[in-house]
Amino acid sequence: MDVKTVHGFVGSKLSFSEANGDAGLKKAATMDAEALIGAVSASGLKGRGGAGFPTGMKWKFARAETRTPKYIICNADEGEPGTFKDRLILSDFADLVFAGMAIAGKAVGAEKGILYLRAEYEWLHPHLDEVLARRRKAGLLGPDILGGKNFSFDIEIRMGAGAYVCGEESALIESLEGKRGEARNRMPFPVQAGYLGLPTVVNNVETFAWVPCILEKGPEWFSKMGTQKSPGARLFSISGDCKKPGIYEYPFGVSLRQLLKDAGGENAKAVQVGGASGTCVPASKFDRKLAFEDLATGGSIIVFGPDRDMFAVAENFQQFFEEESCGQCVPCRLGNMRLHEAIVKMREEGLDAKGEMVLRRLAATMQSASKCGLGQSAPNAFLSILDNFAGELPRGKA
Amino acid sequence: MTAELITITIDGTALKVVPGTTVLDAARKVNIDIPTLCHHADLCSAALGKKVPAPSNCRMCLVEVEGQRALQASCATEINGPMNIKTSSPAIRHARQDILALMMSEHYGDCAACRRNGNCELQQLCAEYGVDTALFGRPEAPLYAMPDEDNIIQRDMNKCVICRRCLRTCELYQGVVALSPEGRGEHTDIATFMDREMMEAWCINCGQCINRCPTGALTERDDTAAVWAAIEDPDKLVVIQTAPAPRAAIGECFGCEPGTPLTFEMNTALKKIGFDKVFDTNFSADLTIFEEGAELLGRLYKAVVLKDNSAALPQFTSCSPGWIKFIEHFYPEYLPNLSSAKSPQQMMGAVVKTYFAEKNGWDPSKIVSVSLMPCTAKKFEAARPEMDASGHRDIDYVLTTRELARMIKQAGIDLPKLEKSDFDNPFGTPTGSGVIFGATGGVMEAALRTVLEVVTGEKIETLFDKADILPVRGFEGVRMAQVTIGKVGPVPAIFSHLVPDFEWLKGVTVKVGLAHGTANAIRVMQDIKEGGPLSQCHFIEFMACPGGCLGGGGQPIPTNLEIRTARAKAIYGEDAAYKVRKSHENEDVLRIYREFFKEGPCSHKSHELLHTHYKERV
Repeated sequence: MDVKTVHGFVGSKLSFSEANGDAGLKKAATMDAEALIGAVSASGLKGRGGAGFPTGMKWKFARAETRTPKYIICNADEGEPGTFKDRLILSDFADLVFAGMAIAGKAVGAEKGILYLRAEYEWLHPHLDEVLARRRKAGLLGPDILGGKNFSFDIEIRMGAGAYVCGEESALIESLEGKRGEARNRMPFPVQAGYLGLPTVVNNVETFAWVPCILEKGPEWFSKMGTQKSPGARLFSISGDCKKPGIYEYPFGVSLRQLLKDAGGENAKAVQVGGASGTCVPASKFDRKLAFEDLATGGSIIVFGPDRDMFAVAENFQQFFEEESCGQCVPCRLGNMRLHEAIVKMREEGLDAKGEMVLRRLAATMQSASKCGLGQSAPNAFLSILDNFAGELPRGKA
Repeated sequence: MTAELITITIDGTALKVVPGTTVLDAARKVNIDIPTLCHHADLCSAALGKKVPAPSNCRMCLVEVEGQRALQASCATEINGPMNIKTSSPAIRHARQDILALMMSEHYGDCAACRRNGNCELQQLCAEYGVDTALFGRPEAPLYAMPDEDNIIQRDMNKCVICRRCLRTCELYQGVVALSPEGRGEHTDIATFMDREMMEAWCINCGQCINRCPTGALTERDDTAAVWAAIEDPDKLVVIQTAPAPRAAIGECFGCEPGTPLTFEMNTALKKIGFDKVFDTNFSADLTIFEEGAELLGRLYKAVVLKDNSAALPQFTSCSPGWIKFIEHFYPEYLPNLSSAKSPQQMMGAVVKTYFAEKNGWDPSKIVSVSLMPCTAKKFEAARPEMDASGHRDIDYVLTTRELARMIKQAGIDLPKLEKSDFDNPFGTPTGSGVIFGATGGVMEAALRTVLEVVTGEKIETLFDKADILPVRGFEGVRMAQVTIGKVGPVPAIFSHLVPDFEWLKGVTVKVGLAHGTANAIRVMQDIKEGGPLSQCHFIEFMACPGGCLGGGGQPIPTNLEIRTARAKAIYGEDAAYKVRKSHENEDVLRIYREFFKEGPCSHKSHELLHTHYKERV
């Protein structure tokens, strides 16, 4: 498979470098909402935050809501360990993101956008404000965009405060409302009752960036890439034990083996796909494909070389969740604490059959009983490491 | 408009529900018990009459919903379409067991000695689900510092499961927001602003959080040991006064149905325990009506006849110490509107160590005055430094209903089976008006019975059948009522020092307001600030606790609307059974004005002993 473009370490171009976002916006200005949603749906674009919800469908739901005002929120709280591709998009391709947000606004009937920026990206704030000011001046943002009637949209940057959970969309909305960052109940969805209880579309930075590209080049250009179930391409943040870490763009369906080859990590013994909340893939399964139907990911790829202690990796991830749980629900708050302690202990003493049974059941409880995706995915890394690397533990004291 | 019913299936049983019903409510409708620790009957949308998000943080109420990958919190899952629900399965059972074991893994404390032993929702669920500490262990040492023993509201984070019922109660019913979640992850806890001790926080000591806490994390300061010590001291005369609300509720601590009045059995128990005298707070409730009523007449005269703007109307009641601390914190600019009359507890305390001591030749320094209250804030009121005008503390110790129930049990007494006995004289002939102080609207009803009769010279029964002033009763959060005074009578001698006649009241429409739960007090205060209808009232009754004193923070646990309704029924039942139902017909009160407060209500001596003052708090 071809590596379409490679950025970062190698320094070549991404699709975004070749895109003309304003051409996409101009085209959007001439289209009505149904046509816009139709084009995005036809492209097969799915959310790039990791869950992969079809973007066109989300917009359609938001469009159908009758209550106003509606809001477009860009989730730039890029906090998943091992992802840094949104940072590059914001620093180098912010115009695409803002054009994508404006197009979303036109599609769903929203005139107000908010970009929720990760606290650690505060340094990007002046740059983003400059881009916004330039776009307003150029008539690409604000009232009557590109002179078009019924196309007004403006964007405000709001800062996060450093909590990982605020990358979860309902916690992000709570945070925007000035409250403690905590997940809401899964119903109603933000498209029904989001920011200030009003219909709200929350999309990832990269999702928005693809939108003007799709409008510029047509949905087929996009849907031709990737697999049938996962059309298009996406960015990957590759880090860890490899010679060429960086940001890479691949069409969906690329194998892990290919990624490792390109990044110079062929001798890896495992790869963590999807960050702390993702899954750990052992070398024997490197032919698995990166796509929503196989290995879904928000783009984080962490390579572990042959000398890594995999249970040290598991311990590190569990400690991360112990600290980053919002503390609201019991399975997540206390489950992560107990699981973390257990990993520390098993690294010393090993794990007997009974202990393993208790922990697997606890992990299942966390996955099924936690309130939001954070707790539900928190045991994934540990489970996949236990499944594949139990041999690295000291012998159990059964 | 009736919404189309939705047919759902729960554990194989089909049933029809109104759209928007939660899965939890639907299941309970068909008698399927789903355990909850964060959900509370008082803290859901249905009880509050407005949409509030279910916290769904304990995750005990999980169920399986067909088509959903994860388990769903039934308290937060609304039914808006056909659903197939399972409430019992291995996955659900295992999850609940794990969750309980996780809670126990950070639950430090001695269950056997815990105040909530036998009445603890966590303990009960652990027993039901066979959860012990084998799974994830139990802390061997406290994880949090113990609260200062002087706090009236004792908050022990070592027993907290972070269900947030306390802070939701504090916000939704009381509007105080003294508690909030702090920190995240492993550092999450519930804290006051700047992590102050409860006594330093802007807490009003209402104790509503205690009533809804599922564990022993929230309790009141235990004063039973001090009371036992006084009883056992042969040199002391230990008197106890009992407020109306505990009688209607204490039976709940002994397995009785809510609303079982045990007034006279309790008198017997108190004597058996060793109290020397048992008085009825109803006496001083009637005394309060005289003082507060006289004060109101004075303010009305000042406003209507003298056209004096400083009359500070509407006059606010001052019986509820939670409300007093609330207004001192949050609306200090309205302190002049508060009646200066002490609460019945404090008035009783003041007359016991003066009038009663004099009459019986007792040394007031040897009297230990105890009060039985449905209330935790009464402990704060009793300790206010200014409550010692007689040269002695008005009240030495306050016991809540729960504390007295423990003492009765420690004495080996089976309360419901005791014979009945009367209160001690001279404060032993109470009226129905005193009794209804225990329910929201009761103070107002008692005041109206007296004021209207005194002013018009006509029996109140000509205006309200059986003297039941129904417009001021009920559990509506904020209520208003009005009565127009048609004819007026002569001023009775006892009030003649206050006003020359009542002619100026002829044709005046007396407007009154009521609020219970300080969140409702906020509604009233906002309305007054905005010049709304409540600003036109002459007299407003405020009760800090939902339902009034019968729902007080010192009452038996649990509480919910059904239980409070049953207690109210017992209270109004007792009122109806009294021969004398109006404060101004209380012979003992009339006697104290003849013998002791000879210049009448709101005179110099009564001001000294029966009135008080307030201060702004931050």
